[in-house]
Amino acid sequence: MNLAKVEKSTWIYLAISLLLVIVPFIVTGRSMQFIIIQFFIFAIFAMSYDILLGYTGIISFGHVMFFGIGAYSTAIVMNRFDSTILSFILAIIIAIILAAIVSLIVGMLTLRLKSHFYAMLTLALAGLFLVGAEKWRSLTGGNDGFTFSLPEILRDSQSLYMLCLLSLVLIFFGLRRLTKSPFGRVLMAIRENEKRTESLGYKIVHYKVIASVVAGVVASFAGVLYSISLRFVNTSVFATDMTIDVLLMTIIGGVGTLIGPIIGAGLVEFAHHWLSSLADVHWIFERWIILYGIVYILVVIFFPLGIVGTIQKKFFNRQNYQKKKQQNPRRKLDEGRKEDEDELYRNG
Amino acid sequence: MMSSLLRLNQVEAFIQKFHILHDISFEVPKGEVTVLLGRNGAGKTTTLRTIMGLNKVSKGSINFQGEEIGNLLTHRIANKGIGFVPEEQGIFGELTVGENMRVAMKKEDEQTTKRMEWVLDLFPDLKKFWKKPGGALSGGQKQMLAIARAYVNENELLLIDEPSKGLAPIIVDKVTESIQQMKEQTTILLVEQNFLMASKIGKKFYIIDDGRTVHSGQMDELKEDKVLMKKYLGIS
Repeated sequence: MNLAKVEKSTWIYLAISLLLVIVPFIVTGRSMQFIIIQFFIFAIFAMSYDILLGYTGIISFGHVMFFGIGAYSTAIVMNRFDSTILSFILAIIIAIILAAIVSLIVGMLTLRLKSHFYAMLTLALAGLFLVGAEKWRSLTGGNDGFTFSLPEILRDSQSLYMLCLLSLVLIFFGLRRLTKSPFGRVLMAIRENEKRTESLGYKIVHYKVIASVVAGVVASFAGVLYSISLRFVNTSVFATDMTIDVLLMTIIGGVGTLIGPIIGAGLVEFAHHWLSSLADVHWIFERWIILYGIVYILVVIFFPLGIVGTIQKKFFNRQNYQKKKQQNPRRKLDEGRKEDEDELYRNG
Repeated sequence: MMSSLLRLNQVEAFIQKFHILHDISFEVPKGEVTVLLGRNGAGKTTTLRTIMGLNKVSKGSINFQGEEIGNLLTHRIANKGIGFVPEEQGIFGELTVGENMRVAMKKEDEQTTKRMEWVLDLFPDLKKFWKKPGGALSGGQKQMLAIARAYVNENELLLIDEPSKGLAPIIVDKVTESIQQMKEQTTILLVEQNFLMASKIGKKFYIIDDGRTVHSGQMDELKEDKVLMKKYLGIS
């Protein structure tokens, strides 16, 4: 591997990851560590949603079903078997396989539909999983849920922190690689214009189904981590609120950027914690979902590209401006004139 | 005599409930540039979209290299060796120029790399703005990118829809020149309203009016036929 060819951003992300490794040695408070762990888990979940929404242009209101599948698979396996590492690995495998099968079936049945029909159908399917979890009490414990035990190593908050951080870093770099591959380019082309992509010779349903499976599997893995972080599961892991949260994280951070959903997850998680702690100050902070709604509206109006998208655009414009400044003034004038002519002609 | 690469026979097509193509029949000889002419709304773009499978053929047949393609899906038609440059450039605005080119490449072999180099020499602006988003290019550059993208694969036939639309005359000249260079290597079916451009590039023409092919002949003859030009193209 040629290190000189590694992108500068990769080094930055690696440096941040290393900094995060030392955080639990500095932040020793269990509640703060727990919040950071939740942030890592939701960052993974939000990245999985970004593959659908940001890279492929698929709007799903039922993405939470994969998160729930992961959470319940782990909880049920750990509840029924001995709490060993082997059981945990088995739980992960089952969670991934189940999510892959469900996302494959859902994708094949629904991704031929127009986007709004797909969104509504996924919402209905997620509802079906929620009702199933409520009614199948012998397996899921219904609304009350159930607790389960974990192997010794996963009960330690520092080990759990490291596991979640490692998962986040590996999944981030894995998905980044995927989105920069020829496959990722096709997904982005589909997002922009399906017909145009099809006329280049791509069977778009295949690509959308693969994206749906990848997103489903990653979301399921986030669900695995979520259930072990709580050592408890109930039907809230299938609630639509979770999808709304993850949609919010992705849009606030910036769709189609991967790093955006991570930042969005961080902001939403920490804001949630901070606003809830202000409940004693004013009742409005108990209803933090209202504040989320306001933030969401403001972001959509003022930062339609999200935080990362807006920064990237500003950075790109600045780079362009500097490049133009460096160019020969005479040449710049000619080019500008040609562009103006073109623009004038187009606008009649 | 040249063999036909593409043959449409009494093709009819609808867009939703509207009957747009009533009777389209023409042939595209291999190695030549065939031009579809006609007024706005005559059905030229719909014809190209129907060939690409973006509109369904309700009646008639479309034969490409001896094979019926009228009932195939769009991606299968594209993979048979038909490249499509849609109207209004049809590039991916959020992808960079490089990504636009790469996404169009069906394979990354030596032959495709050579074609890529050739086309980038033809349109040096694309090389210059390789990392710039397609949407940030000027109208002319977008058109060049759209043509280059279709050309980068070894397609047997290129369908080009109004490449001069909305472009300044100086850019139209550049696009004309590039299509002239491409016609040495591939067969082209061109839809064009700019008669001057069409007459420079095309050899054979078909006039479409109200979803029907109403006239055909050699481009040189059409230039002399003022009555026909006025009747169907509104050029006096």
